[in-house]
Amino acid sequence: MFRFSKTILVLALASAATAAVAFENYQGVGRPATTAEVKAWDIDVRPDFKGLPKGSGSVDRGNELFEEKCASCHGSFGESNEVFTPLAGGTTKDDVKNGRVRGLSSGELPQRTTFTKVATISTVFDYIQRAMPWTAPKSLKPDDVFAILAYLLNLQEIVPADFVLSDKNIADVQKLLPNRNGMTTEHGMWPGAPAKKGGIGNGGKPDTANKACMKNCKPEVLIGSTLPEYARTAHGELADQNRSFGPVRGTRTLGPEAAKKAADAGTLELATKSGCMACHGMKSKIVGPGYSEVLARYKDQTDAESRLIAKVKAGGQGVWGSIPMPPNTHVKDEDLKTLVQWILNGSK
Amino acid sequence: MGDIVKQPGRLRPAPENFLTEEQVQAVGAGRRDFLRKSLFAAGAALAVPKMVRASEGDPNILENPAWTTSLGQPVATNPYGLPSKYESQLLRRESPGLARVGGASVSFAPLQGLFGIITPSGLHFERHHQGWHDIDPSKHRLMVNGSDDSLLKKAKVYTLDELMRLPSVSRIHFIECGANTGLEWGNVAVPTVQYTHGMLSCSEFTGVPLKVLLEDCGVDYKKARYVLAEGADGSSMTRTIPMEMVESGEVFVAYGQNGEMLRPENGYPLRLVVPGVQGVSWVKWLRRIEVGDKPYATKDEAVHYIDLLPSGLHRQYSSIQEAKSVITTPSGGQTLLDKGFYNVSGLAWSGRGKIKQVDVSFDGGINWQTARLEGPIQNKALTRFNINWVWDGSPAILQSRAIDETGFVQPSYGQLRAVRGTKSIYHNNAIQSWKVIESGEVSNVQVL
Repeated sequence: MFRFSKTILVLALASAATAAVAFENYQGVGRPATTAEVKAWDIDVRPDFKGLPKGSGSVDRGNELFEEKCASCHGSFGESNEVFTPLAGGTTKDDVKNGRVRGLSSGELPQRTTFTKVATISTVFDYIQRAMPWTAPKSLKPDDVFAILAYLLNLQEIVPADFVLSDKNIADVQKLLPNRNGMTTEHGMWPGAPAKKGGIGNGGKPDTANKACMKNCKPEVLIGSTLPEYARTAHGELADQNRSFGPVRGTRTLGPEAAKKAADAGTLELATKSGCMACHGMKSKIVGPGYSEVLARYKDQTDAESRLIAKVKAGGQGVWGSIPMPPNTHVKDEDLKTLVQWILNGSK
Repeated sequence: MGDIVKQPGRLRPAPENFLTEEQVQAVGAGRRDFLRKSLFAAGAALAVPKMVRASEGDPNILENPAWTTSLGQPVATNPYGLPSKYESQLLRRESPGLARVGGASVSFAPLQGLFGIITPSGLHFERHHQGWHDIDPSKHRLMVNGSDDSLLKKAKVYTLDELMRLPSVSRIHFIECGANTGLEWGNVAVPTVQYTHGMLSCSEFTGVPLKVLLEDCGVDYKKARYVLAEGADGSSMTRTIPMEMVESGEVFVAYGQNGEMLRPENGYPLRLVVPGVQGVSWVKWLRRIEVGDKPYATKDEAVHYIDLLPSGLHRQYSSIQEAKSVITTPSGGQTLLDKGFYNVSGLAWSGRGKIKQVDVSFDGGINWQTARLEGPIQNKALTRFNINWVWDGSPAILQSRAIDETGFVQPSYGQLRAVRGTKSIYHNNAIQSWKVIESGEVSNVQVL
């Protein structure tokens, strides 16, 4: 964090005027940042908590905020795997004691969560503060961030239900993170100085050592894995993903009928993923009308496609009953178009 | 058929794409009226074509097509230019099921159809963490500040107008996402080189060395050993960069790409270029540089982009993309047209410098031959390699193996997994194998 004092500013300007410092070479380029400007953008929080704003928040307040702003993507308990990988779960009391998540080495962990991985609590604070909620980043005040983080820590059974997290006690919480000892920087993929010269990493020494053998390098070829049949077709018609002339052609993975079927199945999946199938059936009404009912009503209208796209996007009420359809701004425009065309073509 | 190279001027059957598959089948079944109608349609705009017998030669030669006998489009019909309408198939594509939210997803570059080493800007892979914006350059600012007063004499703000007045460099570098080939750590998962290796692109970038800006602000290199780069998108992506790389002059703040401004999907109007280092560090929509005396442990170096080892430890701050190569022609999901001669072609790269040598095997790694490296061979850039091959129609397994100027040899899957297990996600630089079967179909396999 940069704390600009008036004295330093004056001194810096004075030295610029008298000494031959580097920034005189680019006269007229750039200007000093004001204190307010630096404060507005300098929001990073480091593992030593440099940059951490003052504030506090309780688990209870965090619970309320999480339900309101976070649960739709992460699930009420941070357990959801629908939109992003889960935040909480996968650790034990022993992990908290040892600072290493045992499930990471034992293979017992079905899926890594944020708290099975993260070793520094500043990381989570920083990320919530700068990037969450997903659709309205940087809208949370420091107290909100402390509260949400307190709720997550309670979900993870690191702090009790009556805990209030603050800038004063966050360093103590750090000492309870279940994977706080789970990171190593001793590898060749950090390009800076090695640890013994004050950097991190091992100075760039690789961990594999293949040799460039040229003749009779091994007695036989061991195939470890081949492409499963479902994976051959899961990426659609490969013939259409290659140039149609030249030394090779894309392999035809789907026939014309299979291609249509795959497109239909893909659209049904898209409708399910986009949340449409929760309220609409293929033929009959669930909460909203069935798709064949929609088709029957709109099929003769020339502007049906654009009207339906607008309706699905903005939501509506009254056409099919009293329960409103919520706006569907989370669905991409191109997906909306695909879905509406699918409905108007007699969805299957 | 095997002697195709000894048969110059060999005639091919019906020209590709001229007939639909159904029409080809109809012709094959003896119904030639389809063929006649199609030929007629093609020439109808001009004059009734003279029907030629196949024995006289190729109708594409014997009958002048419309583009030879009529007036073409005037200049600037497409003021920014567009690819040919016949080039509609090679596109950036998503891998189904990989990500559930488009704003935090990946689109892959179609390596299977690209030439040379430069990726067309419109086909450059995308990876966003909170969706992309088309930022107004007149409102964009770059701030340089210190995490402490002692590290930097003066925090400064630059506009694009100002940055573009400064001395610039233009350099060709590859950018590869740390997760490239990550789908394949455990086993073969995807069919084509677009999905196995397409989080890879290479461009000529133009901009100002970050060193110039830090020195302009009066950095103290003795104390400031790390740089935090931060983006202006919703996620305000942040990554720690080692000061050694900045001091070397390699790292630069880029606005230009392949002769034009950056595309919005690639960070318009400003992104960081960190040669040899995984793409997540090349912060897009760059708005702030902070110099510090400690690394930052940001989300993408403490929760994601960390490599899980068999011991249960995660490797943190992994950055360098080690030497790697892949054959792009022929590659998975393609089918060879015929037996005979092929120029086998591919790409090699290393985050530690220049590519020194690429070897190719046609028998699954038992025997190797050294490929031709095509110029230019540049530091931390893609290098194109080619090698001659006459396919005799029998099964084959094609592999390529890159060696960089440090002497590092690209590892096999067996060697890589022996050290890093199978759950790592990031930094998979194992040797890729493509299996060719008698039908000419090429598919993805892993050789240990």
